[in-house]
Amino acid sequence: MNRLNRDQMAERVARDIPEGAYVNLGIGLPTKVANYLPKEREIFLHSENGLLGMGEAPEPGEEDPELINAGKEPVTLLEGGSFFHHGDSFAMMRGGHLDICVLGAFQVSVSGDLANWHTGAPGSIPAVGGAMDLAVGAKQVFVMMDLLTKTGESKLVETCSYPITGVGCVDRLYTDLAVIDITADGPVVTELVEGVSFADLQGLVPVTLIQGC
Amino acid sequence: MIDKTVASAAEAVAGIFDGATVMIGGFGTAGQPAELIDALIEQGARDLTIVNNNAGNGEIGLAALLKARRVKKIICSFPRQADSQVFDALYRAGEIELELVPQGNLAARIQAAGAGLGAIFTPTGYGTLLAEGKETREIDGKHYVLEFPIKADFALIKALKGDRWGNLVYRKAARNFGPIMATAAAVTIAQVAEVVPLGALDPEVIVTPGIFVQRVVAVGAAAQQAA
Repeated sequence: MNRLNRDQMAERVARDIPEGAYVNLGIGLPTKVANYLPKEREIFLHSENGLLGMGEAPEPGEEDPELINAGKEPVTLLEGGSFFHHGDSFAMMRGGHLDICVLGAFQVSVSGDLANWHTGAPGSIPAVGGAMDLAVGAKQVFVMMDLLTKTGESKLVETCSYPITGVGCVDRLYTDLAVIDITADGPVVTELVEGVSFADLQGLVPVTLIQGC
Repeated sequence: MIDKTVASAAEAVAGIFDGATVMIGGFGTAGQPAELIDALIEQGARDLTIVNNNAGNGEIGLAALLKARRVKKIICSFPRQADSQVFDALYRAGEIELELVPQGNLAARIQAAGAGLGAIFTPTGYGTLLAEGKETREIDGKHYVLEFPIKADFALIKALKGDRWGNLVYRKAARNFGPIMATAAAVTIAQVAEVVPLGALDPEVIVTPGIFVQRVVAVGAAAQQAA
C-alpha cells in the first residue's frame, strides 16, 4: 500500500497551517513540519520554554545554549520574536491563545482522547512535560502519526489502552495513509493517500470510519 | 544602604538547611544556576526536595547534586531524557521520590504560591493518571482539577544582570522558570553574569523586581574581575 513518508506527512500538515497562525509543534515528528511551512506565510512558532517567533536551526558555530527549543536543540529567534517566562508561556498554551498544536501519539480514540506521554510499561520512567497543557489548551489539536504500529496494530482505537494525555481533545489526524477528522459522529476520512481506497483503510482499523471524501 | 549582593556563591547558599525545599531554575541546562548548585553541593545540605522542570542532565549541575545523594524528592515535569542517567539510576534503585507534574501545572502552582493563592483549578491533566484521586469541578461546562501551590524555602535562579536592590533581567530562553520561582520562595538567590549599579537597569525592562530577590551574586568572568 502507498504510504507517505515522514517528510511527506510533515509537508501535508504544513499545507493546512494558515498565515498568522500561532502554532506549537511538539517534540519529535511534528518538529519536521517547520521545514515545510510556506516561506510566503507569516506563521508564529511558539516553544514552551519561552519563545514566540522561533526560527530555524542556527548555522554551525552559531549555536547558543540559552536559545533552544522544547527538545533542547539550538534554534534562532525571528525579527519580532520575543522571550517570556514559563507562567506566560503556559498561559499561551492553556489559555486558548495558540491556534494549532501538532503532537505525536501512541494512540487516539474515536472520541478524540489522546495518549502520547507514557506507555505505562513496568519500569518505564514517566515524563509528561507540556503535553497535557497543549492537549487541553490549543484551539485545534492536530495529531501526526503512522496509522499502524510497527507490528500492524491500529493506533486509532475505540478506547486508548495507554494512559491518556487529554480527554476528547484531538481534532484531526494526519497519518501516512489518510487525513481523519475526529467529529461528534465519529472519525471522518477527509483525504486518502493516492492509491489507498476507503475500503483498504477501513480494513486496517478496528473502528467504524465515515467516508468524507 | 540596602545591598543584597554577596561576595561568593558559598555565601549566597549559606543557611540552606537539611530537609529544605529548593526551587532551581532552568529548562535543561538553559538557565540552570550551575555555580549556585556547585556551591550547594559544597555546602552539604541534604534530604532536599528539589523543584525543577527536569531531573538533571549529564553529570553536572542538578545531576551532580543528585549524584551526591542530597536529594530525597524531586518535583518536575520531564525527568526522563537522553542524558538523565543519574536520575534514572536513583529512581530505579528506589532512592529518590518523584512527583511528576505537567509542566504548565508546575508553573501555575509555583505562580499560585508566589501570588498567595490557596489553590487553583486547572484543566490540564483532567481525566488522566496525574489527576487520580484529586478533587475536580465543572465550571462553565469545562472540567478542572484542584491543585495546590508549590512554595519553597529557597530558589536558586540564573539571570543576566542584577543590581544591589535585587532587580533582575534575563538572557534569551534562560529566563524560563526564574521569574516565577523568584516569587514563590522565602529566600531567592540569583546568580548573575554581572552586578550593575543601581539605575543601570531600565525600569521598563526589569523582569523581576527586587522585592522577590534576597541575595545576588556575580559568577563567572565578571566575578573574577571584581575579585
